[in-house]
Amino acid sequence: MEIPENVRKRLSIPADEHFYAGHTACQGCGASLGLRYVLKAYGKKTIFAIPACCSTIIAGPWPYSALDANLFHTAFETTGAVIGGIEAALKAKGYKVKGEDGIMVVGWAGDGGTADIGLQALSGFLERGHDAVYIMYDNEAYMNTGIQRSSSTPYGAWTTNTPGGKMHFLEKRNKKKVIDIVIAHEVPYAATASIAYPEDFIRKLKKAQKIPGPSFIQLFAPCPTGWRSPTDKSIELARLAVQTAYFPLFEYENGKYKINMPSTKKEPKPIEEFLKYQGRFKYMTKEDIERLQEWVNREWEKLKKLAEVFG
Amino acid sequence: MEYKPIRKVVSGNYAAAYAVKHARVEVVAAYPITPQTSIIEKIAEFLANGEVENLEYVPVESEHSAMAACIGASAAGARVFTATSAQGLALMHEMLHWASGARLPVVMVDVNRAMAPPWSVWDDQTDSLAQRDTGWMQFYAENNQEVYDGVLMAFKVAETVNLPAMVVESAFILSHTYDVVEMIPQELVDEFLPPRKPLYTLTDFDNPIAVGALGTPADYYEFRYKIQKAMEKAKEVIRDVGKEFGEKFGRDYSQMIELYRTEDADFVFMGMGSLMGTVKQAVDVLREEGYKVGAAKVRWFRPFPKEELYELAKNVEGIAVLDRNYSFGMEGILFTEAKGALYNTKAKPLMKNYIVGLGGRDFTVSDVRKIAENMKAIIEKGELDVEVDWYHLKR
Repeated sequence: MEIPENVRKRLSIPADEHFYAGHTACQGCGASLGLRYVLKAYGKKTIFAIPACCSTIIAGPWPYSALDANLFHTAFETTGAVIGGIEAALKAKGYKVKGEDGIMVVGWAGDGGTADIGLQALSGFLERGHDAVYIMYDNEAYMNTGIQRSSSTPYGAWTTNTPGGKMHFLEKRNKKKVIDIVIAHEVPYAATASIAYPEDFIRKLKKAQKIPGPSFIQLFAPCPTGWRSPTDKSIELARLAVQTAYFPLFEYENGKYKINMPSTKKEPKPIEEFLKYQGRFKYMTKEDIERLQEWVNREWEKLKKLAEVFG
Repeated sequence: MEYKPIRKVVSGNYAAAYAVKHARVEVVAAYPITPQTSIIEKIAEFLANGEVENLEYVPVESEHSAMAACIGASAAGARVFTATSAQGLALMHEMLHWASGARLPVVMVDVNRAMAPPWSVWDDQTDSLAQRDTGWMQFYAENNQEVYDGVLMAFKVAETVNLPAMVVESAFILSHTYDVVEMIPQELVDEFLPPRKPLYTLTDFDNPIAVGALGTPADYYEFRYKIQKAMEKAKEVIRDVGKEFGEKFGRDYSQMIELYRTEDADFVFMGMGSLMGTVKQAVDVLREEGYKVGAAKVRWFRPFPKEELYELAKNVEGIAVLDRNYSFGMEGILFTEAKGALYNTKAKPLMKNYIVGLGGRDFTVSDVRKIAENMKAIIEKGELDVEVDWYHLKR
């Protein structure tokens, strides 16, 4: 559809589409929306590496692709290494990589492929300083293979490995703070983002494009299938995750922290607000919810302190 | 330009590094592991001394990532190299499939080393032969010269058929042993090995592609068949490239199995890699002692040279297959392959498997003599004593 120029000028998000209709994501999929925004920000001069994850399926089987960009499907644990290799080849061949007119090399991996099996390759990628962007889309479990827990699954969540049952066998660990591990590598740029705040996400993608060296964005992307939530509540849930400070938006840039919350004055909403609509949390007891709230409070205070001291 | 070789005294590992330099490799990604390490150290030295241009050196955090980075780089169109050994090769295993499946002509040197436990850093071919079914071509070098020549030829063959290739050298026996290697002047290497023309590239943004997507049962099967067709084509390419190499540089590699004094041989010793140097020397000694023996060195294990093997088997009474490797629950791996290749042919020489040199155990001329005595006896009797002989076993 042609968008009139006067309308186009007023749009805060690029109107161009490089992620085609006809992809095979579930209804209400947060990840597919995220992929669409990445392509809006970077355009077609992009090389994606996608490991085993929902997006392998979403992009479509051979000989199809829903992406108007080059795409290399790779093995589960290799995203960091593969984008490093692609970047090295482009440099050896004399291409401009990253920057406003350079080729964007993008690793697009889920939380399992990043926080668990791919963590070593992510670390290597960050530490070696490749000019590429790694985006972890975080739906808090292995959704593609049937909702198994990952280290990014939060405390109290039902998954097929933590099914609750009579013995209350729910996830017992707190969500792994992957972005803290990333920041420990002294990367030039790392940020959290959410599909509920696309302007913020695209601004961060553009920033990652301009800053030389490795960038990392952890994108919060609800999964109605795995979260047992209504398909029309994905954006609302993603927004509530931010508003409750369960998944606060912030940036880390060359040693400095900056919180990018929609309203800096408002206190976070109680965690129950985020838990609603989600079948995966329905087994939690009052004590479980209190424990999760304590974790959220602690991490939120820590982040505020970091922004205050290193802002 | 007339070919005047440049002679250098180098280790097998340095021979590999010089070949990488002369091949104008664009990306090297590797993880250090003994005894492969000095290959990538030497390449780093070339970089540090400004002896190579347009080479990106990626010191990765594991072999799995080394192969993953090579795959990314190769998919982006670069000429790519890595090196590994034993446990490192085992760790790479998953990505070896990815390289062949995505039809990427990555070239790697594997320094043959025994698998742990118990820990070993010495020579043994089980590491590379365990990768038999990954879709990689495999060239086994007898000496440092063949390491150098093998890497150059491997690039040419790999980039012609779009399959990855492994050049295999023995731990320490070659990797750390110095010998004279005749190197080819850069201009002539450039003529022999022009820049890579990739099958596909991730840098055409007007015609984007998706590589390695989900292959449904309607298509996956054909992808496998095409790899087999490429392997079959590789045999022709290997023979042509080997012949061209011989014509240009005087060392002929047109035979996938190198035959040594086999014309009138009653029986031959068959094997791969550095142990065949010892065997050739032993053949000379045994010939003087009246044995009519020869050596058949399998240069390319994948694709497997069935045709050459058949020609050889037609004319001998026995084949002593020397395996510096083992497939547990069965027998030496080359032995299985050789017997299998001949089963539906009319050639039925007596074949016996000698397991030798595992974990770096010495294998000498006198060992070959003992094997010759045994072979002679069983051929005269017309039947095997045992099919698989753990030759060195302390009894």
